[in-house]
Amino acid sequence: MDSNAVVIKVCSGTGSVSAGGAEVLDAFREMVRSCDVDVDFQNRCRADKVGCRGFCARDVLVDVVAGGEKTTYERVRPDMVPRIFEEHVLGGSPVQEWTADELHQSFQDNQKKVVLAHCGEIDPEDLDAYLDVKGYEAARWAYTGMQPVDIIEKIKRSRLRGRGGAGFSTGHKWEFAYKVEEQEKYVVCNGNESDPGAFADRCIMEGDPHAVIEGMMICARAIGAGKGYIYIRDGYSLAVKRLRLALKQCYERGYLGKNVFESGHALDIRLYPAPGAFICGEATALVQSIEGKRAMPTPRLTRTSENGIRGKPTVINNAETLANVPKILRNGAGWFADLGSDTSGGTKVFSLTGKVKNNGLVEIPMGATLRDVVYKVGGGISEDRAFKGVQLGGPTGGCIPESFLDSRVDYESLAVAGTIMGSGGMVVLDETNCIVDTARFFLNITQAESCGKCTPCRIGIRRMYEILERITTGYGQAGDIELLEDLGSHIRTTSLCGFGMTAPNPVLSTVRYFRDEYNIHIRDKKCPALVCKNLLTFSCIEEVCTGCGMCKRVCPADAIRGTRKKPHFIDQELCIKCGSCFDSCKFGAILKE
Amino acid sequence: MDQVLEKILDNYHEHEGNALTILQDLEENFGYVPEETVYELSDRLNIPPSRFFGIATFFSQLHLKPRGKNIITVCRGTPCHVKGSEKILSRMRMELDIPSGEETSEDRMFTVEEVNCVGACGMAPVVVINQQVQGEVNIKKMIKEVNEIRSEE
Repeated sequence: MDSNAVVIKVCSGTGSVSAGGAEVLDAFREMVRSCDVDVDFQNRCRADKVGCRGFCARDVLVDVVAGGEKTTYERVRPDMVPRIFEEHVLGGSPVQEWTADELHQSFQDNQKKVVLAHCGEIDPEDLDAYLDVKGYEAARWAYTGMQPVDIIEKIKRSRLRGRGGAGFSTGHKWEFAYKVEEQEKYVVCNGNESDPGAFADRCIMEGDPHAVIEGMMICARAIGAGKGYIYIRDGYSLAVKRLRLALKQCYERGYLGKNVFESGHALDIRLYPAPGAFICGEATALVQSIEGKRAMPTPRLTRTSENGIRGKPTVINNAETLANVPKILRNGAGWFADLGSDTSGGTKVFSLTGKVKNNGLVEIPMGATLRDVVYKVGGGISEDRAFKGVQLGGPTGGCIPESFLDSRVDYESLAVAGTIMGSGGMVVLDETNCIVDTARFFLNITQAESCGKCTPCRIGIRRMYEILERITTGYGQAGDIELLEDLGSHIRTTSLCGFGMTAPNPVLSTVRYFRDEYNIHIRDKKCPALVCKNLLTFSCIEEVCTGCGMCKRVCPADAIRGTRKKPHFIDQELCIKCGSCFDSCKFGAILKE
Repeated sequence: MDQVLEKILDNYHEHEGNALTILQDLEENFGYVPEETVYELSDRLNIPPSRFFGIATFFSQLHLKPRGKNIITVCRGTPCHVKGSEKILSRMRMELDIPSGEETSEDRMFTVEEVNCVGACGMAPVVVINQQVQGEVNIKKMIKEVNEIRSEE
């Protein structure tokens, strides 16, 4: 890039679009077009849309790169654009009061960006921008200069493991499919990302769609597949749009089609909008749904890599896994392996959310500690409340307490702690979150999403959910905890697929670490975190109440009585315990206990 | 309706479709899967209706009842739950007179539905109003949005 160039990078991920990113981009483009400087300046200066950089809570994020220096602005609105343009782009001095603060710096500086390296840097809708950062170089080598065995060997040596959750070695998976002698083989990018609380795949597919396609091409070459599907969640409309555009660009340039890079090999990749079911993340269920059936897992007598779509060898890789592949070929297997731990190469992207100061997408090397993620990248607990636990791996993962914060983030260490890596959801809970309610919440999802094929999962999870429901509504009985443990361990060992085997995790892990909290719910019929509605009472503290009438106005059940400037009271019969009065009282006169 | 069904059948034959792609086409054309169309297509393709209904009740993208003119999707993902989405959901259902056990108001003006996650967790709690993602919402903001939609009608 020309050292005199000024590039304005406006985030255009889903978060940014909802915060008005398109308007900000238009405003900058209009400023560049209409500014009264020489023509030369207009050639040097441009405003680009770039992929999500993971810090959606502060959108719209804008980087101004001038003279090699990058300055980040946060929460930019269109009306702020003229001043940034005048003072910084033209004048050369950043508008200090709007630039990102220290928290933002610590959020970015403590990460190691490999798979997200292009997100926030290049225009995801521009193939040439991807080519400028050596895009498709690795795929070209794979098709024109490398043998399948060399590719597989390299991926094996890189210690890349599946980022979808199970953590199976990607190189070995490819090798299984490669070894089957069959004309028809498939490669599938799993972009279903059904874990609530995980959005890494969405950002990668939105922010760097060509990397995912390039990864699929390399996989197809390695195993000998002529057809690929990008199985993507239908709700991810922006990612669908960008991948569709990226595929079109690839066909136009001859990267995909009958003669990939003029190598004589053919590859056809199609988008497959997933119809929406949690279970479709499971490989055999995904295959069923691509074949147009109810997505029910089948017994794994053989691997999908040997016997998948229409009985043919099918490699199903997660979007994040695939986006790593071109980088491994370009930078070497050793480089990738060294980034991570002894058992697992590279980095992992986590969706860090919940009660941390910095909510967002974070990429850390395998083997970093959870404490680093929560406190350094995440900036600690919001409002400086006390840390309670962190839920990893989505609704089939586990919740681990403070004593395990120094656990390393890799597949083995997390398993020891009683949770799973999953697809990278990391939800931080603080003292105001109820552990029993959280477990109930996860089981509500899994009992609804169980496909219903095998009994332990279909009925067992439902029963566990009902027990949690009664504990959180004040009807818990002695022996309930033991019953939960018993049911959970049976479901774990007798379910058909990985879903049922992991679904009891949220309960088993919280019973293990937070047994007291369960006991208080059952024995005292109280919720220490003041979350479980039926165990709460709201009342008005007469001495504090000023009679302003605010609570009366917000109460949706008309349960609050009182005359102006006199203390009010809450009719317990009518109260639906929604907490609106508590939230709205400015004087702290509502007592919640 | 017949024309639409013909188009769907053409698409099915041209693109090696299956029962699922047919249902996705129906949903796209009608906004839901009308029961009578399933029987009609089942006859013409010799696929048992049970297969269609089995699939339609399995996937959250497919609906067997007509939906409202305005669709409000409350995200019930973990980060949104932790930040109070349950309260928003129950208040919206109350505000828009959604009968219990249903998703759509009787006048079919509003559908209030839940989704497991929209993947915009950084801005929790999230609500999608007519396909526009809105982050960091609260009850006050939602009531304002709903009133705006009502006044435009």
